[in-house]
Amino acid sequence: MGMMNEKLSALAFAFVEENGKTLNVTVPKENLYEAAVFLRKECNCDFLMDIVGIDYTESLGTIYYLSNTQNPAQLVALKTSTTDREDPLLDSVHDLWDSAGLYEREVHDFLGIRFINHPDMRRLFLRQDWKGYPLRKDYDANPALNPVPLENELIEDMEAVPAVELKMGQPVETIHKLFEEDEYIVNFGPQHPATHGVLHLRVSLEGEIVKKIDPNFGYIHRGIEKMSETYTYPQILHLTDRLDYLSGTINRHAVCLCCEKALKLEVPERAHYIRTIFDELTRIASHLLGWGCMAMDMGSITAFVYGMRDREKIMDIFEETSGGRLMANYSVIGGVAWDIHPNFQRKVKELIPYLRKMLKEHHLLFTGNPIARGRMEGVGHLSKEQVISLGATGPSGRASGWSNDIRKIEPYAAYRRADFNEVLRQDGMTFDRYIIRLDEILESLNIIEQLIDNIPEGPYAAKTKAIIRLPEGEFFQRVENARGEFDVYINSKGDKSPYRIKFRSPCLTLVNSLIPATVGSKVADLIMIGASLDYVVPCIDR
Amino acid sequence: MFDFGVVTNWIDLFLRSNMSENMALFVEFVLVGFAILAVYAVLALLLIYIERKVCAFFQCRIGPNRVGPWGLIQSVADMVKILLKELIKIDRADPVLFRIASFLVIIASICTFGAIPFDPALHAVDFNIGIFYLLAVSSLGVVGILLAGWSSNNKYTMIGAMRSGAQLISYELSCGLSLMTIVILSGTMQLSEIVNQQSEMWFLFKGHIPALIAFVIYLIASHAETNRGPFDLPEAESELTAGYHTEYSGIQFGFFYLAEYLNMFIVAAIAATVFLGGWMPLHIPGWEGFNGIMDKIPPFIWFFGKTFFCVFLALWIRWSFPRLRIDQLLHLEWKILMPLALINILLMALCVI
Repeated sequence: MGMMNEKLSALAFAFVEENGKTLNVTVPKENLYEAAVFLRKECNCDFLMDIVGIDYTESLGTIYYLSNTQNPAQLVALKTSTTDREDPLLDSVHDLWDSAGLYEREVHDFLGIRFINHPDMRRLFLRQDWKGYPLRKDYDANPALNPVPLENELIEDMEAVPAVELKMGQPVETIHKLFEEDEYIVNFGPQHPATHGVLHLRVSLEGEIVKKIDPNFGYIHRGIEKMSETYTYPQILHLTDRLDYLSGTINRHAVCLCCEKALKLEVPERAHYIRTIFDELTRIASHLLGWGCMAMDMGSITAFVYGMRDREKIMDIFEETSGGRLMANYSVIGGVAWDIHPNFQRKVKELIPYLRKMLKEHHLLFTGNPIARGRMEGVGHLSKEQVISLGATGPSGRASGWSNDIRKIEPYAAYRRADFNEVLRQDGMTFDRYIIRLDEILESLNIIEQLIDNIPEGPYAAKTKAIIRLPEGEFFQRVENARGEFDVYINSKGDKSPYRIKFRSPCLTLVNSLIPATVGSKVADLIMIGASLDYVVPCIDR
Repeated sequence: MFDFGVVTNWIDLFLRSNMSENMALFVEFVLVGFAILAVYAVLALLLIYIERKVCAFFQCRIGPNRVGPWGLIQSVADMVKILLKELIKIDRADPVLFRIASFLVIIASICTFGAIPFDPALHAVDFNIGIFYLLAVSSLGVVGILLAGWSSNNKYTMIGAMRSGAQLISYELSCGLSLMTIVILSGTMQLSEIVNQQSEMWFLFKGHIPALIAFVIYLIASHAETNRGPFDLPEAESELTAGYHTEYSGIQFGFFYLAEYLNMFIVAAIAATVFLGGWMPLHIPGWEGFNGIMDKIPPFIWFFGKTFFCVFLALWIRWSFPRLRIDQLLHLEWKILMPLALINILLMALCVI
């Protein structure tokens, strides 16, 4: 921390303050790019976690959450803002971090900030002709402004890509085409059996070989961040389960932790243990489904059914305790909603040896299969530098040798009490991303085994006030969900609902990683590599 | 030992005693045609039911169990459903080729079906170039698939059709070469003659190692011919939604579906006929008592038993293996199976000499 602080003093224009583990660096908008280059090059902040766009009413701002992969617990929040609400312009940092490209498009979509020199300033989630910017506080949500189109629309309309350049100090808008006239473009999605949701990939093919990929999002965008601004905190919790529905419990846990941190609430140890066990069960269920879906995308439907069958056992355990299956709706601010079912511990203890046995069978059925090995080995390579720059966290990043497990970096809940390994592989091939998930299931089983017998007695939730108001300030919480790093940013003005809430979706960057991993491979590899990255679209389309 | 000769001879006599010879022949042709179509349809329903049950068994499920006892009438219900479905007219598709394609596929399949010896007396088309005929007619199907992919005016179907063209033409070679190995051994292409020659011992055992190699190559190549997993690239549902038949609906889709299942049966039947003795019972030279007991089992039971054994092998592979990639698929054929099949023919020639 001291080192970073010292280095940053070289930036004369930057205002630096410490806020817990986060270093807030505020710079004027003219110096944004200079500060970003400094942080990237001098301070080695090679991982851009997220860009939060925020409307401060008097100005529009962005916050870049950065970290150095050598010292991952230390966060830097680079802040800037512009008072121009008519045509806000900021410098783009897409050339410093590969992940910035899509994040900046998201900020552009919701707040109307245009990024200078960004090659692709299309809106990310909303229609290109959408009127207004939803996350601005003066946004007019009148449906008459944006009527539902009833006419058939040609897809070519999506191809005109605007970009902003600065010429002689004046912004100039240019428009270029994404694809050439004679390219063979195939639409994978929005309705397609292998896109894991309603993702729309426009793929330019040369025979069977993939040349270009253009991902389009937003087909199931629900505006959860906008909705949350009018919901109370306990209500928001229910929306988080609907983000990445396969790790809903973990997402919900993140928001609870963030609120508890803000309220300085002491959560009972029992609740910590139960939440951790639930998180790990969710992770196992998600990895089992991910394994099965990957096998199915490669044409092996039997493996998919096996994965679903074993996952069903976990869903039954969830159902007994929480009443929910896919979405357990179990964590609440201060603890968990109610105590565990009397059968919970027994069933979980039965599950552990069962799953260990079944994993051996899964390896026998699929991992050892020569066709499966032939398909997965040597395909879809992502280097360590690439995954860091792309921000591909979670198992996909760890398969390339990037140690990024938040459970180890910033242990939360009961992870400190458990002795477990962070599974790492070095090669970054599709096979590594595949096998790492099965290894993580074993590791999760170890965690559960250590915790399940030691759940302490006591209350399962702390007492909270009837109406929860977070104190004024900014709060940031990182957790490790089944696909990667899930972060919650809450900006509170002391009300019962947040001023701005932002979720970092691990899946957005995973879809972005699909492009460098796949270009040059075959169509069949596109589907398989997509499955190996294991993205879930509702997580992207918040 | 019962064979269908009793029935067919009785019909023949009955017709000849009631009308002129030419008229009787004509009626017999029509009857045979109807019989083949009926058996074709019934077998398809049976195969669909079997596939669903076997697949369910592999996947620890129950499978169809609601319509009729053990779900036996499920595929009949499905057939009725598919017959009642609307044939959707595809905008900007080539209407003529689009309609012809599905017929081509099923005609190729039915023509092959007619040449299969089910029983000494149930053998509709018995040319002296039987195997040649089988190979020629079954490869007509690929024209239908290519046309279907092209005329749908859809990029998925186009990729599927191109894959299918590359795949079927390649695997036809190994398929043909492995059958030729047996032709060398038997010295005839006539299917009835091939079956009769196996009365002492099946070619799989009689032909030493080359016959065994040919059998394995034939199983792999013919499985690829039927477009079923792990060789289901033309209709890889996770990549190309449904491949070349994405745009088809109703009974037109049903034709593709029917042809796929019947092709699975046909290649299994050819494998059974050529390598496993067709309707010929299992005979071991010198074991007269054993051979006598085996002869008690009617030939059509032998035939269907062997064929369904091969069908089961196909299902087993289908439901446990992931799909190959197109370059791996072609690599397997051109660099492994075909050279092996060529060497095998040489070996067999040396054995016969």
